[in-house]
Order: sequence, then C-alpha cells, then structure tokens
Amino acid sequence: MKRYDAIIIGAGHNGLTNAAYLARAGLDVVVVEKNDYIGGAAVSRELHDGWVYSNCSYVCSMMRQAIHRDLDLSRHGLMLVPYLGNVSFGEGGQVFQGYHDEQANFLELKRHSPHDADSMHRFQADLTRYAQFIRKTLMRTPPDPASFKPRDIRELIFLGRQFWTLGEREIYEYIRFFTMSAAEFLEDYFENDLIRASMATPGIIGTALGVYSPGSAYILLHHVMGDVDGSIGAWGLARGGMGAISNAIASALQAAGGEIRTGSGVQQIIVRNGKACGVALENGDEINAGIVVSNLDAKRTFTQVMDRNDLPPGIYKKAKNFKIRGSSGKVNIALSGLPKFTNVPDNRYINRGGQAFIGSMDSLERAYDCWKRGRWSDQPFIEAVIPSAWDPTVAPPGKHWMSNFVQYCPPKLADGPWTTEKRDAFGQSVVDRIEQYSPGFSDLIVHMEVRTPHEIENEVGLTEGNIFQGELTIDQLLFNRPFPGYAQYRMPVKNLYMCGSSTHPGGGVSATCGANAAREILMDLRRPNTVPEDDCYDE
Amino acid sequence: MNEIADTTPNQTDPFAGERPMQSPFHPRQAALNLRESWSAWNGYRFAECYYDPEFEYFCVRNACATYDICPMQKYFVTGADAEAMLNRMVTRDISKMKMNRVTYVVWCNDEGRMIDDGTIFKLAPDRFMLTCGSSCVAWLKMSSFGFVNVHCEDVSDQMAGLSFQGPSTCAVLKKLGLDGIENAKPFDIRHFPFAGGELMVSRTGFTGDLGYELWIDKSLALELWDRLYAIGADYGIQPFGEAATNMARLEAGFIMPDMEFNEALKTVHLRHDHTPFELNLGWLVDFKKPHFNGRSALWAEKQRGPEYILTKLDIEGNKPAQHSWLYANKRCTREIGYVTSGMWSPAAKANIALAMIRSEYVKGEIWASIDYEKELRQYTKIARCTVQNKPFWAPARARATPPGDF
Repeated sequence: MKRYDAIIIGAGHNGLTNAAYLARAGLDVVVVEKNDYIGGAAVSRELHDGWVYSNCSYVCSMMRQAIHRDLDLSRHGLMLVPYLGNVSFGEGGQVFQGYHDEQANFLELKRHSPHDADSMHRFQADLTRYAQFIRKTLMRTPPDPASFKPRDIRELIFLGRQFWTLGEREIYEYIRFFTMSAAEFLEDYFENDLIRASMATPGIIGTALGVYSPGSAYILLHHVMGDVDGSIGAWGLARGGMGAISNAIASALQAAGGEIRTGSGVQQIIVRNGKACGVALENGDEINAGIVVSNLDAKRTFTQVMDRNDLPPGIYKKAKNFKIRGSSGKVNIALSGLPKFTNVPDNRYINRGGQAFIGSMDSLERAYDCWKRGRWSDQPFIEAVIPSAWDPTVAPPGKHWMSNFVQYCPPKLADGPWTTEKRDAFGQSVVDRIEQYSPGFSDLIVHMEVRTPHEIENEVGLTEGNIFQGELTIDQLLFNRPFPGYAQYRMPVKNLYMCGSSTHPGGGVSATCGANAAREILMDLRRPNTVPEDDCYDE
Repeated sequence: MNEIADTTPNQTDPFAGERPMQSPFHPRQAALNLRESWSAWNGYRFAECYYDPEFEYFCVRNACATYDICPMQKYFVTGADAEAMLNRMVTRDISKMKMNRVTYVVWCNDEGRMIDDGTIFKLAPDRFMLTCGSSCVAWLKMSSFGFVNVHCEDVSDQMAGLSFQGPSTCAVLKKLGLDGIENAKPFDIRHFPFAGGELMVSRTGFTGDLGYELWIDKSLALELWDRLYAIGADYGIQPFGEAATNMARLEAGFIMPDMEFNEALKTVHLRHDHTPFELNLGWLVDFKKPHFNGRSALWAEKQRGPEYILTKLDIEGNKPAQHSWLYANKRCTREIGYVTSGMWSPAAKANIALAMIRSEYVKGEIWASIDYEKELRQYTKIARCTVQNKPFWAPARARATPPGDF
C-alpha cells in the first residue's frame, strides 16, 4: 500500500498552503477533504444560477504577499482587487461615509466632529505603529518563552528588539492595548458615537466579545493590520470569490506534484507506538504517511478525530476547554439590482463598497447581550459588502450579490437546537434590519443562503462556527496558540502537526499558519526550507 | 494640412491662448475627474487620474475602462505610393500587411536612432492610418520626398479615439450592437455603422490585456461615450488616466517615450537616444525588405551588438525601483545601467521594472540600489534583480478569439 510522506487533513487554504510548500520541498503529499469541493472557509460556490457566493470568508487583506508571490498565485489565477468606500449606518438616519480620498474623508469626519477629524490622524499613526510590530510576527514561529533552545532565545531577542523600537511610552501603551476593550481604546480618540462605533466593529467580528469586553482592542488591530499591495488597512476581494484563493493554491500544489482527495472525511488519526502514521477515512480506507498535518481546529483535532488514549494526559482537557465560541452568522443574498440606501448618494465609489449596519455603541453591546442569552438580536451588527459591484465574474451583469456578516449569532439557542425554521427566522431578521436602511430591499431578493454557526460547523467543520478556529484573545495568541508549549506547530504526538488558524497567527485568510507549519515540518525532516520570509512593506 | 485650434485672444478670456485644448470627450471626462488631476499631451488637457490610479488600474485588469487617445497623433497616408513610402520610413516590412489589420512599428533617423513608435492601420491598398505619440508632420513630409503619389493628412484633431480596455470589454461591445466583434482577432480592424457615421474598432491597446480602440469622427464622440457608458455601467466602466496606463503598460512590458526612450529628433546629447535593438525591439527591424531609413546604421549595430539592452527585471522586496542605478555587484561599485520604469505590480504581485543595462552585463548578477523615503528620511536598499524574459502580465484572454465575457 502506498505510503505518503505527509497527509494534510482539510483542504482549506492553510492546508493547501502547507501541502504546497511540502510538495515543493519534494515530499509526496496528499490533502484529504471531507467535502466534495475544496476551500474550507475560503470557498466560492454557485448556489443559484449565475451567482457565485463567497459562502464564508468574503474579503481579504491579510493574505501575505510573500506567499502570493512565492507560490506564483497570480499565474495560478488569483487576483486580489481592492474595493473602495464604506458607509456606516447609525441611528435616526445618521450616515457616516468612508471615502477613499484622505481629503474627502477628513471633510466627512469634520461634518460629524471636527475633534474626531483631527484625532483620526493620531489614531491612524498609533494603529499603524501597533500593526507594524505585530505584522513582523506573522510569518515567524512564536518563540517558546520557557525554552532555552538557542532558536527560541534568538526569536525572543528579535521580538524584544522590535518591541523596544516602539519607544518607552508606546511600550506601556502597547501592553495596555493588548488587554483593553475596543471601546476604551477608542474613547481616547473619538467623541462621536457613530465614528467610535464604526471604528469599534472590527474589534468584535468573529469573536464572542462585546465592544466593552477586555481583549477586543487586539481583535480590532488583527482586522486592520493587513494590507492590499502595501496600503495597510485596505481590504480586497478575490476575483471570482474567496474560493479563487484556495483554487490558486491548490493549482500551485498540483503543479508541485501534490494530490487532493475530496469526499474523504477523516474518521481518525492513526497513532502507533506514540507516532502519528496515517488516517482512517470515513469510507473505511486507510492512508499511511510519515507525518500527519491537521488543518482542523484544535478542538476538533484532539476531541473528534483522535483517540483520547493516544494523547498525553491534559491535552484532551486543554482541547476541550479551547475557547472557540461561535458568535457570528453569514447571510448571502442574490439581488436583482443594486440596493439603494437612505441618505447615501448615488456615488459609485461609496454606495457599493462596504456597508456597516451599526446603530450605536449601545446597540452593539445590546446585540452582544442577546448572544449571551442564547438568542439572536433583532438589531444585529451587519458588515456587508457587494462584491458583484466590483467583480464581473460573480453575478450576471446588472445583478448583484450582497455578503452579510452578522454579529452576533449564538451556536446554541436558549430555546433548544437550531432548526430550519429558526435558521430562516434568523435570516429574516437580517433582511429586516437592512430594510430599515434600504426600503424596498426585500423586493430585490432572488435567492438567499443563511448560515448560522450550526451550518458553518456542519458544512465547513469549524467548531461552533468560529471563523478564527479559536478566539483571538491574549490567552490564545502567540506562544499560547493553541496551547502553551505547543505553539510551534508540533503537537503532543510525534509526527503530528497542526497548520490551521488554531495556530499562530490565527484566522483571517493569511495562509501564514500553513506556511509556518511547513517551515517547521521541513526543519524536522532536515529538508531545505521552501517557505519565504515576509517582505513587510513597512520595513 | 492641420486645422489649428482657435487661439485668437478673445474678449472674455485673456488666457484663452494659453489654455490646453479640450478633447471631444472632455465634457464627460471633466465631470468624472473628481480629483481635478490633469496633465497635458500634445496640447490637450489630459487626465493624470480621475479618482485613484490604483482603482483605475484595477478597472482595466478586472472589469473595463476607457482611456482618451484623442491627443494621440493620427495621419491618413494615402495614394498609390503610400505603402512604399511607409515601408521606406519604418523598419518593419508592411508590404505583407493584410487589409483591416494593424501593426506596431518604429522609425529611425539615418543613424538608426529611434524617432518614435506607433501603429499603422491598413484600411485599403492605398490608404493607411499612422498613429503615434508625438507630432510627426515634418518627418512624414521629409519621408514623402521622392514619392509622387502620396498624400498625408493630419486628422489628429478631427478623429476621436477612445481606448477601451479590460476583461469585460468584448461583452460590452457586443451589447453595444457591434455584431461579430467577438471574432475580431488581436490587431484586426472592424467597421460598424454608428449614429449615421462610422465607428472603426481595432483590437489594440496599450495595457497588455483584452481591449479595443474605438475611432470615430469627433462630432459623434459624445454619442459614443454616452452609449458606451450606459451599457458599461453594469460592467464597472470607469475612465482611466495616464498614471493607471503607465502601470498597465509596464506590466505588459511596453515602452513609453520619455521613460524608456528619448525621441531621436529631440535629443541633444550624443547617444542619449536609442536604437530599436537597445530597446529590445530588434524583431521590428526587417533587413530582408527593400531599403528603409537607418538601415545601414542598424545593420552595423546588429553585427556589433547594442551597447545597452532594455531588460525586464523582477526585483526582490517591494520598494519600487524607479530611477535606481544598477550594479554588477552587491557592493555597488560596478555600475551597469539604470531603471527606466519600476513599480510594485498588483497583478503579478512582484516588484517589476524595465531597465537599460549594458549588454555584456545582462547575464551576470544585477543589483539595484533603491532610494526611498520614509517620513522625510532617506533610505537606500540594495536588492537583487532577476531578468525576466516574458511580460509580467499576459493573460490568455488578451489573445483568445472569441474572448470570454469577463
């Protein structure tokens, strides 16, 4: 029976990236995927004739250029297109328009608050400084602070040096920042509630925290530290939907001789003599390999596809308690035309980029309260974008599709399990919310795909539908991700590795987890490294 | 032969004579130029950008966009001797051209130094259109010397031109009613009746992508614009300016006057102009055809090999290498050339450049010394360069016939 050098479980973008780098190093690799299609949560699917949804993740900013360039993803069909403009909807018809042009943006801010227009400069400078520091860690394996290995010490010194260059005052600020709430952080800069709320929303996306919860400030940073072609904080769309990212990486993998098997869910990771040596598939097949790399989240890896007896004591419990609470839903809507929004001019540069249906700081927190009580809010925060206004490949000409990311949506309801009726009622609450700002919106709806954490878990395999494969709080970041002592992609069983966003640096479609894990694996196998260093724009 | 724009000082505007001319598309373009970002080309007011260069660039690469080529110089060269005259002038053999085809050409002075590049449209056996970036009236007159039956007419200010580029252009033109446009191959020309006049469409462009150039009498320019934009609205149509053009053409590896080459007739210093061989355009020089201008000098150059050669570079890191010096060693002690154009390519995700490099060094190590600024401080980065032989961007759709809808 054939024995591969490596099996990667899960054909999400990180699994594919990991496999591509291993294959490029000459390893014989196979990626096994439970679904009949690849992509995991970076996927495009045509569920309604002519409309191609990015079913899960929907925008892109963290994808590392170094990886894109190194795997030659452009030649494999990937194009990332930045989109412009965003509108934040407040209460009582209040609208805050985010213009692309700095001058125009300054004037718009000034209309809301001259104080905030000025403060924005300091905010941007501070945030950029923080982002530059954390960006340097993305394509590096976190050092183990308890280890005395020369490599860990070298990395710690590197990080220490980078940290020191922030300057004394900023070091204090940075440490504060890591544990603060988004609301507290923003209070230092902005007076206007809608501006504050619109700046705070990245702090809660994908996270079971509210804007006032400690730790949400870092999540805010996590969402603005990406870039599109060097413009930090910009967001882009993958031409053809997010699946284009996975497809391009898969094509690079196949060009390097790697194999992908879809429709091959893993029943169990086989461990013999304390070493991972293959997987048993749900269909009864077994595949043998020298190493096994799990692109599943940490909880799923250790509590679902492994025998508890194969694990050292303590790990099962750590995995069981891994913080991976589902907090968001996704509603993809096919539209017969471009929606019109109240108080938003027919300016093509702002009315079809991103829409944030916010309300106020207060309503954001109230939506979180609903989540805590196991129900969805009738005034949820929705981050929407209309990809079809930018990408001619995802809807017929003149037709559109709107991606709605909904915060919050509980993984478990207080009144019993999710049902089809409850899922549809959740979808309706999102439509009703948009209708408040866009009268006539419902009449444009051609098709809808409603995804609660329940659907996301079942279809994609993300535990509780958590988009980051585990929350991005300080207790689960850097050398603590996924668990202290296991942050270097090697897992407690020999020859078992993890490469999903449960590992450093976490979620966001950056492809870094998969790439970093490949670097570590190749080091263990004493193969030459094929993974590039980051070429940060802000060096 | 040229109708000069009215520059007589008038009562209301004492500065009228100093103001740039307006293109036939100006009323629509001015309304869309939110940045008031104008430059000038051949006396015309010309957009540097309308909204944002990178956004406009992505409209070209991702959807469809228009570029005003009214300021481009256009000449009808007609008569029984037209073909012979042009063939005597340019380095390429145009006698093999088929009807309704376009070809890219360069022409040189007696020393084989390049005067300009442009395109020749063969519209009838005795009727050609020559387009080029700079005025060519005097050179055409000189080139016509000795040819009895040739007539040159400057139609630059009568004929409007709109370059329409991007992956969804064919879909838009089909919807505009241009039947069979999808069957036009690259460099084909098609003619269509349009609003009582004629619309000429060539499958040409300066972006390396799928695209067309639309040619029409200036009286119908706005009618064309309005119909195109009405249909294009659902396809993401957007005007793009010079900045975005420069990005797209660099990815395609196309040369730009005043960037890659200095026009020979405007060059003061010896050898600050270039031969086609130096610009890596040797494939445009046909020594098998009858005599042409600059032939003996170019023949000598071909035997000798050019002093410099224009080279495509992929440069490590992401600092654009515009204006950088190039060296044969990392210590930067042996200078071997200079970067003519450089940028971060969003499509290729690479740090790309065109560079003039001394021929003997092209095969060795190449290092760029890149200066850049960060908050008023100057930095220098030494980056390794790799020679690329293919264009940085060459999608299959640019060559496909029929092209897809996006």
